[in-house]
Amino acid sequence: MSFEMNIYFFKFASLLYLIGTLAYLAYIFFLKESLSKIAVSAVSIGFASHTLAILARYLEAGHTPVTSLYESLSFFAWMIIGILLIANLKYKVKVLGSFLTPVALILMLFAFALPKEIFPLAPVLKSFWHPFHVIFAFLGNAIFALTFCCGVMYLIQEHQLKSKKMGPITKRLPPLSLLDDLSYQSLKYGFPLLTLGIITGAVWAEYAWGRYWNWDPKETWSLITWLLYAALLHQRLTVGWRGRKAAIMAIAGFLAILFTFLGVNLLLPGLHTYSKWQ
Amino acid sequence: MELLVVGLNHNTAPIQLRECLAFPEDKIEDALSKVHGLSSVKENMIVSTCNRVEVYAATRETERALCDLKEFLSQYHGISLKQFEKNLYTRVGEEAVKHIFRVASSLDSMVLGEPQILGQMKEAYDFSQQVKTSGLILHRLLHRAFHVAKRVRTETKIAISAVSVSSVAVELAEKIFGTLERKTVMLIGAGEMCELAARHLVSGGVENILVTNRTYDRAVSLSQEFRGEAVPFEEMGLGLRRTDIVISATNSPQYLIGHDQVTKVMKDRKQKPIFFIDIADPRDVEPNVGDIENVYLYNIDDLQKVANENIKDREKEAQKAEAIVQDEVAKFVNWYRSLDVTPTIVALRKKFEEIRRKELEKTLSLHPDLSEKERKSLEALTSAIINKILHTPITLLKQTNEEAMADLYLDALHTLFGLPEKSLETFLEKLEGEKEQEETNLEDAIRT
Repeated sequence: MSFEMNIYFFKFASLLYLIGTLAYLAYIFFLKESLSKIAVSAVSIGFASHTLAILARYLEAGHTPVTSLYESLSFFAWMIIGILLIANLKYKVKVLGSFLTPVALILMLFAFALPKEIFPLAPVLKSFWHPFHVIFAFLGNAIFALTFCCGVMYLIQEHQLKSKKMGPITKRLPPLSLLDDLSYQSLKYGFPLLTLGIITGAVWAEYAWGRYWNWDPKETWSLITWLLYAALLHQRLTVGWRGRKAAIMAIAGFLAILFTFLGVNLLLPGLHTYSKWQ
Repeated sequence: MELLVVGLNHNTAPIQLRECLAFPEDKIEDALSKVHGLSSVKENMIVSTCNRVEVYAATRETERALCDLKEFLSQYHGISLKQFEKNLYTRVGEEAVKHIFRVASSLDSMVLGEPQILGQMKEAYDFSQQVKTSGLILHRLLHRAFHVAKRVRTETKIAISAVSVSSVAVELAEKIFGTLERKTVMLIGAGEMCELAARHLVSGGVENILVTNRTYDRAVSLSQEFRGEAVPFEEMGLGLRRTDIVISATNSPQYLIGHDQVTKVMKDRKQKPIFFIDIADPRDVEPNVGDIENVYLYNIDDLQKVANENIKDREKEAQKAEAIVQDEVAKFVNWYRSLDVTPTIVALRKKFEEIRRKELEKTLSLHPDLSEKERKSLEALTSAIINKILHTPITLLKQTNEEAMADLYLDALHTLFGLPEKSLETFLEKLEGEKEQEETNLEDAIRT
């Protein structure tokens, strides 16, 4: 495979995600079946190309490509689309893509603007545990992106129904029960993965820095995120929190994830920041 | 051949009159045969629903058929024509086609876009097929009508939104609960309103029904009708705990269900959503109950408002549907106008072809030494000549919309070229004989 092959695949995937996003947005507007088919095809082909991009980069770099900010954003977007495709199989909620694909597209565009060269692997990242840490954490985060979208849809739909508007928006969004269920299911899968991500991270930290927990900004914010989701899961299981409160919490949780992922890297220097764009 | 519609509907006749003139299902076949017995009517079918009674017919004597059909309605039902003639409408030709397409697409219905009418028309058509009173023309017409209805349904949003209070309630419940299956409904009050709303929910899939009423006996009797469960009025609060949808329609002057009570119930239910439909006047449910989380409260006015908005949407969509109908009417009218001239065109072509073949054979037998290429040239030359000659008259015949004009041309052609006198009926019968291919045959015949 030639040099920079991964970048071509990445760009092609971005283009298809863009087409997919536009088709999904047009679908939610016009409700034409053909548009949703175009969207699903574009996103699926985009996902395949994206997979090749990540594989190619893995072969070129010789390590799991999740070490620079560009790589992480791309990986995160890839997982979000993967989750969308899985959710599409199980739930017949076509508008899900209209919410989730734009999130992935924004991450891709952000990644697009960043330096894409393969950085030499920093010594601390040379660890058996590091890829596991990143994969678990991102998988959890990607699932929480789904929870987030469900939360947003839930709040819109609930507002429509409470204010007694049965307009075009109500028609387009899925029933409340389905959104709440999807949100709960995704929480059930996302939470253990996030937990695993943090545990493997701690183990890796033990190897890398000699301590399980260092209280650097990323770790602190991960803990805050984890506590938010733990509280949500707990409330759901015990006092039957659902609907609106759960939706708001899921949105808050995802904002915490985004801050942990991006805000900390860009604003708060710490152990996890290896160089500005890495 | 001309198409006719004679009938009345909810716009032109009151319900009592419509009932008098309706054809019960078991009488339809008899009525169809009687209409078929009229010498002026070639094909017919009868659509009889609670909103309309209409006879569709194909005829060669428009005026007489119209009179005969009106007379038939009067005699069959034993009502003098004077009593309902002003409520009748008649449509002829293109107007009739348009009317039938509009009825099938539910553009002529009391509730725009309601789906039942299409099924009713299909049934009416099946009856006419069984007793063989519909033939090629109605066959084609109705198939086109069903096609138009399908186009209207898929290309416009006319039938998307709920336009009755009960269907809005069902739609709302589905937006809250996803599905009505295995949901529990509690009726507060055992009146007609409750019963009606409950029937809608049951047809939507609701399985468990609780009924509570101040008079327990009435709760019991209504609950038996739905194979549900009667709940004593004092235990309504307990009922609320296991209910998903509440329909309340009592005559109580004060609120039966208050904010504090529902807040408590929600805690007991672990916040499982609940949907109150308050169709009582004055209200049964305190309005601020709707502010509680996971509680949805709609009163009858809210539901009516949603329904009215949806009706407005349907009217907008109906305009798009009218354009589709217009388009299809033009296509169909083209086809059936050409029906009258088709036998003549076919006969004319046949005649010319015979002459050409005979003369060509003569010439070829005189010149046996012609090469294959030369023979082909001759063949092509003669064909081209007759095509050129026939092109103008045939185009003119097909384009003549006026019946009197067309008849004049047809007579002239038959006399001038000594064409065999062959009526449309025998032509159609011949086509009908080959049922499988009739449509393609006819289209081929017209194209040539």
